[in-house]
Amino acid sequence: MTNTTMIDKCEPKEKSSKATIGALIGRYGAILGLLFLVIFLSITSDVFLTGSNLSNIARQATVNAFLAIGLLLAIITAGIDLSVGSTLALAMCSMAIMAIKWGVNPYLSMVVCLAIGAFMGWINGILLTKLHLPHPYIATLGTMYIYRGLSLVITDASPISGFDRAGASEILFLGAGSVGPIPVSFIVVVVVYLIFHVILTHTSFGRHIYAIGGNVSAARLSGINVKKILVIVYTLSGLMAGLAALMLAGRTNSGFPNAGSGYETDAIAAVIIGGASFSGGSGTIGGTAIGVLLIAVLRNGLVLLNVPTEWQTVAIGLVIIGAVAVDVLRQRGQSQ
Amino acid sequence: MDEIAVTTVTKATDCFLKLQGICKSFPGVRALNNVHMEIRKGEVHALVGENGAGKSTLMKILSGAYTKDDGEIFWQGQKVEITKPRDSEELGIAIIYQEFNLVPQLSIAENIWLGREPYINKSVHLIDWKEMYRKTSELLRELNLDIDPKRSVAGLGVASQQMVEIAKALSLNAKLLIMDEPTSALSSNEIDQLFSVIQNLKEKGVSVIFISHHLDEVYEICDRGTVLRDGNYIATIDPKETSKDELIQLMVGRTLDQQYPKVVAKRGVEALRVEGLNRDGVLYDINFSAYTGEVLGIAGLVGSGRTELVKAIFGADPIDSGKISIFGKEVMIDSPQIAIKIGMGLLPEDRKHDGLVLGLSVKQNITMSSLDKVKKHGLLHLKVEKMRVMDFIDKLRILTPSIEKQVQNLSGGNQQKVVLAKWLSSESQVLIFDEPTRGIDVGAKVEVYNLMNELVENGAAVIMVSSEMPEILGMSDRILVMHKGCLVDEFSREEATQELILASAMGVNINDKHNND
Repeated sequence: MTNTTMIDKCEPKEKSSKATIGALIGRYGAILGLLFLVIFLSITSDVFLTGSNLSNIARQATVNAFLAIGLLLAIITAGIDLSVGSTLALAMCSMAIMAIKWGVNPYLSMVVCLAIGAFMGWINGILLTKLHLPHPYIATLGTMYIYRGLSLVITDASPISGFDRAGASEILFLGAGSVGPIPVSFIVVVVVYLIFHVILTHTSFGRHIYAIGGNVSAARLSGINVKKILVIVYTLSGLMAGLAALMLAGRTNSGFPNAGSGYETDAIAAVIIGGASFSGGSGTIGGTAIGVLLIAVLRNGLVLLNVPTEWQTVAIGLVIIGAVAVDVLRQRGQSQ
Repeated sequence: MDEIAVTTVTKATDCFLKLQGICKSFPGVRALNNVHMEIRKGEVHALVGENGAGKSTLMKILSGAYTKDDGEIFWQGQKVEITKPRDSEELGIAIIYQEFNLVPQLSIAENIWLGREPYINKSVHLIDWKEMYRKTSELLRELNLDIDPKRSVAGLGVASQQMVEIAKALSLNAKLLIMDEPTSALSSNEIDQLFSVIQNLKEKGVSVIFISHHLDEVYEICDRGTVLRDGNYIATIDPKETSKDELIQLMVGRTLDQQYPKVVAKRGVEALRVEGLNRDGVLYDINFSAYTGEVLGIAGLVGSGRTELVKAIFGADPIDSGKISIFGKEVMIDSPQIAIKIGMGLLPEDRKHDGLVLGLSVKQNITMSSLDKVKKHGLLHLKVEKMRVMDFIDKLRILTPSIEKQVQNLSGGNQQKVVLAKWLSSESQVLIFDEPTRGIDVGAKVEVYNLMNELVENGAAVIMVSSEMPEILGMSDRILVMHKGCLVDEFSREEATQELILASAMGVNINDKHNND
């Protein structure tokens, strides 16, 4: 025991230069990538910098922006939430059934949408902490299928559209409305991001999730109620999926059972690009915002540059691998 | 097996393995200094010494896990170099650690022949299962074991798993078997069985190095023994000629030359009272009290249940029965959260794993358990937090370039101070130090001791678990001794000696001596 600590003590000098490079890439890589992309697209495309295109990017980034918050929280605790896309679909379809098929008050329907999202997340948290499933990957992989399946069941596997025709136009406001040139959804994103920034940096809850992700054993022995915090984290992730469902329903004027399918990967990529580490204990809301923007700009740019859809998919795949490579690089810089 | 049968022909008194002038240093620590050891063919040789005497390091050198800095190893009269585990294996040295090296999901046969499976045909790697099971049955029969070779290791008890390890060693034609604390997890029946197997091996000409904290066992099974102390060779003994008391004397023999800055404070009120604490198979009927103004030392050998005891008191491990009172009030402590709320703090044995979140900052680690104290309107007041942290950094003289520095970049001593600051910040009144100076350099050690003095002077109760005898004697006002999950003795600072504590920690009865003191 003595020897290991002693050896550790000797090492920091040698690794400091590597650590700085790693930290630099970790901290500024995403911003640099985003800047590079923006400059490149401004030069190569006439449309990119137009107001309508920018507001289009903002609108399209919304759903991923909310899902990414949930994943950021989960990933800081060294976990993952694979069920966000399915949770989104289940919340969205439930709201569509209520507002369109049953004629329930649109505001009540919206509240139920959020509540269902939160409840699905809470189930994930309970599965993780009470059933002692070995890793959140398992619990949320299972619920990813379950929630998706339930969405198909309650909608008979077909979309339910027409909030406006059903007299529930209020639901459209969040996802499709705008204040002047600025989409309402974008404003909501900004507000929610600010709130989560405060939560992560200025509350005990925020501190605790970093501690749990950094070293769950030390966190427990420091008196942190690990199970309770994890349940809250996954509940919040579900709530964010519910919020994303509101936005997507507003934008598409419908609820459809395949909504959000595969969205979890975009959200994971955004969080990792934003500097969080899969090994837990790190990640910021600002970084995640940049990650979300980078992916949105990339998708938009590929369309503007007329890259065929097949190749767009390849490009997104490369970004995900690149994002994890960045994570590895930073890890190596930090711990050697 | 054939080889073993052949080698028995050689005479039993031949010097089989000889270690000469073995030295090994780790940065800052001299683990072995000019150590000498001789093993005869077919003898059971004890290796004894206190915690940290260098037994494990020496055996790791023999097994190739460490390389020696200096010294020579002679194997059957030939000088050999052991630089990697493979070298040791080829010579015929096998080591059985306390933690077994088995793959639980695989069968006994698969475990024994892992990586050396017999093939039907060498070019096509098809395993000859029949042959593998036949050879395994043969090995198990030799050990008088009646187990199906196809059974998975996971379903076996500790004793049988140990036998599988021994069978594996035999399958490697081991001529020297090193057993590290082989009896620690065995029942007395199983120990008898193990000893008969060892006897059996001995007759086959296999030499055994037997590492044990239990002197009774040493006297029962060993032909000779080597005593180490603080990394030095002390003596080679013959159990028939050396008494237990003499052996203990050899083991602790050091003079207490290290200075401890102990300040005896005034003993105050009862801060913690533990009554009838039980945890099945781990702790048995523990009763004691700790007082403010007092450092209560808990001594015992590794594995005697010291860490388990403090973890149970702190709510980190479950208990089966028992009462715990803090300042006269009975409390149910079923989580560290509650323990902390009522004023306890634990500086764990494994600082990096249990005490700190290494990737977080000094600041975040210090306020981790006391965020409520730096809140304003429900939000953290970062300025107040910073001032509080700076205060502790000054008070404890924590050397860090900034409060935002990741704790992993600090030295061991400063890391320990960060853990202490965490509990000071949460205003703990009962502080449990588990191995407080492990992995800390000498200067920082003295600082930790001084802080301990300050704590008790200011009315805290300190409980200190330590494997370092001088530390226990030097810093404790009162000393409890644990042996096999029980509290077996209590000594005052005045009456305690190294010999008394070690004897009671080893379960040796020297009552007559006790009375004389």
